[in-house]
Amino acid sequence: MTNLDSLYQEVLLDHYRKPRNKGVLEGATAQADGRNPLCGDEVNVAVTMEGDRVAAVKFTGQGCSISQASASVMTQLVDGKSEAEIEALFERFHGLVTGTAPLAEGEAKQLGAMAAFAGVSKYPTRVKCATMSWHTLRKAMGHE
Amino acid sequence: MSETKVIARVAVPGVRKEQTDGAAPSSAPSPAAADAAASSALHALAPRADFPLLAANPDLHYLDSAATAQKPRVVLDAIRDYYETSYANPHRGAYRLSHAATERFHQARATVARFLGVADEATLIFTRGTTDAINLVAAAWGAANLEEGDEVVVTGMDHHANFVTWQRTAQEAGAHFRIAELTADVRIDLDHLASLLNDRTRAVAFPHISNAVGTINPVAEIVRMVREKAPRAVIVLDGAQSAPHLAVDFASLGVDFYAFSGHKMGGPMGSGGLIGRRALLEAMPPYQTGGDMIEFVHDDRTTWNVLPYKFEAGTPNSADAVGLAAACDYLSAIGMANVRAHEQSLVVAMSEALASIPGVTVFGPPATERSGVVSFALAGAHPHDLATILDEHAVCIRAGHHCCQPLMRRLGVSATARASIGAYTTLDDVRAIREAVAAAARVFGG
Repeated sequence: MTNLDSLYQEVLLDHYRKPRNKGVLEGATAQADGRNPLCGDEVNVAVTMEGDRVAAVKFTGQGCSISQASASVMTQLVDGKSEAEIEALFERFHGLVTGTAPLAEGEAKQLGAMAAFAGVSKYPTRVKCATMSWHTLRKAMGHE
Repeated sequence: MSETKVIARVAVPGVRKEQTDGAAPSSAPSPAAADAAASSALHALAPRADFPLLAANPDLHYLDSAATAQKPRVVLDAIRDYYETSYANPHRGAYRLSHAATERFHQARATVARFLGVADEATLIFTRGTTDAINLVAAAWGAANLEEGDEVVVTGMDHHANFVTWQRTAQEAGAHFRIAELTADVRIDLDHLASLLNDRTRAVAFPHISNAVGTINPVAEIVRMVREKAPRAVIVLDGAQSAPHLAVDFASLGVDFYAFSGHKMGGPMGSGGLIGRRALLEAMPPYQTGGDMIEFVHDDRTTWNVLPYKFEAGTPNSADAVGLAAACDYLSAIGMANVRAHEQSLVVAMSEALASIPGVTVFGPPATERSGVVSFALAGAHPHDLATILDEHAVCIRAGHHCCQPLMRRLGVSATARASIGAYTTLDDVRAIREAVAAAARVFGG
């Protein structure tokens, strides 16, 4: 697989073309905006928390395929998870896209759609696109 | 102090030129440039071998010259030569070396002034670039002239350097900030602009050429309109995209201020300038204060130095002024009419090549009426994704809002992909971008 093929995997393009959980979340208990002023990408992440668990999560926004697919995949991954679990997911995702913790042997299956973002690590200028929605979620939950 | 030098030319394009007798290195392009000027866009007007970065990367397709231009070797040589042979702090030392540094600095100003059609070289103030030059006008002229209820006019295609600077200056003075709207093909709507002009209009600021889509604005027509309907207004022209690509003659433009950036002309980063009418500059208070800009410092007040020094506080960036002058000489030797002709034929070819790919939209007026800029979109692909895919094909383009968020809103997009041309661009670069965009269409078309 070329670098480019590994960046634009079918899973990622599918989430870009058909984003999951995109829309306004009625009755959200927390929300935050994320913006990349360099390229104009923007995202809003809204969550409904029940205790320390995410009971519902949605996003709105616009931007490149990486940023939009990342937001879409993130909402699926964090739905129903506790704040501690989400922090662990973020840490794994961050290591994956920055290349500080590459995909381990046999790990892809366990990570699911998150694994499709491993190719981002070859493109330092795109790391911000991938992490923007995660940073925005953490901001909404008071972690940033 | 004569600028006339015998240039020792060598036969092979791009080979390091011999120096003139004891003076600065020659700033002429290699002789192939003159021949190339007459030939088609198949060949670079400015030989690739003249640019160390391009020569070292033969497969690179650099299509981001509107952001910054690659540097000819003669510019790098001139800067190095200045540091190695004539370097001291200008205007300060009583020793011969400082005098030599001062002479080179003054020669640089004369060269740049001549290149831009400025007869009175003291009205050319060196700045860090266009942004700094516009801020100088807004701060110094604005502080002395803008009052509550006055009006300041910009356009919907202005770069943030113009737009934001005048927006803030107007707001701080309690003046109204007006925006001339655009036509569907991204020209200034002259009827709308005319409707904004009146006796309260004090400043009209607009770009000579739109950096985001390449529209070449009708400066003469706008100047006539402003003088007739808004006699109290100063006209500020953002020349960041015109100085590198058109023959600019300040005297005949008819504007009051002209701002430009050296790095877009092949000169060093952090160089550039402001040209202004003498009477306006003399009436303006200083921009920054410090060394060099004073005449006499009393305990309770200070008087100012003459032009241009009044606006050049602190040790000047003389080395980069010398580099900028070398860039002007390089462009002069090619001929700005040749630069425009070369870039025009390429922008037409590139626009046609890209528009032939299904899903591609090119923004702005017809290619013949644009500078060497092709701003475009590919359906289903975000410009940022396009730029990454093009980068894999060694094609460098800019993706984003191009410091023109107000224009992006008017176009109804968050960003565009922008390919831009320089004198070293060729039809091979056009072929490369067409193939790369076609490849991107295959990834995102499905």
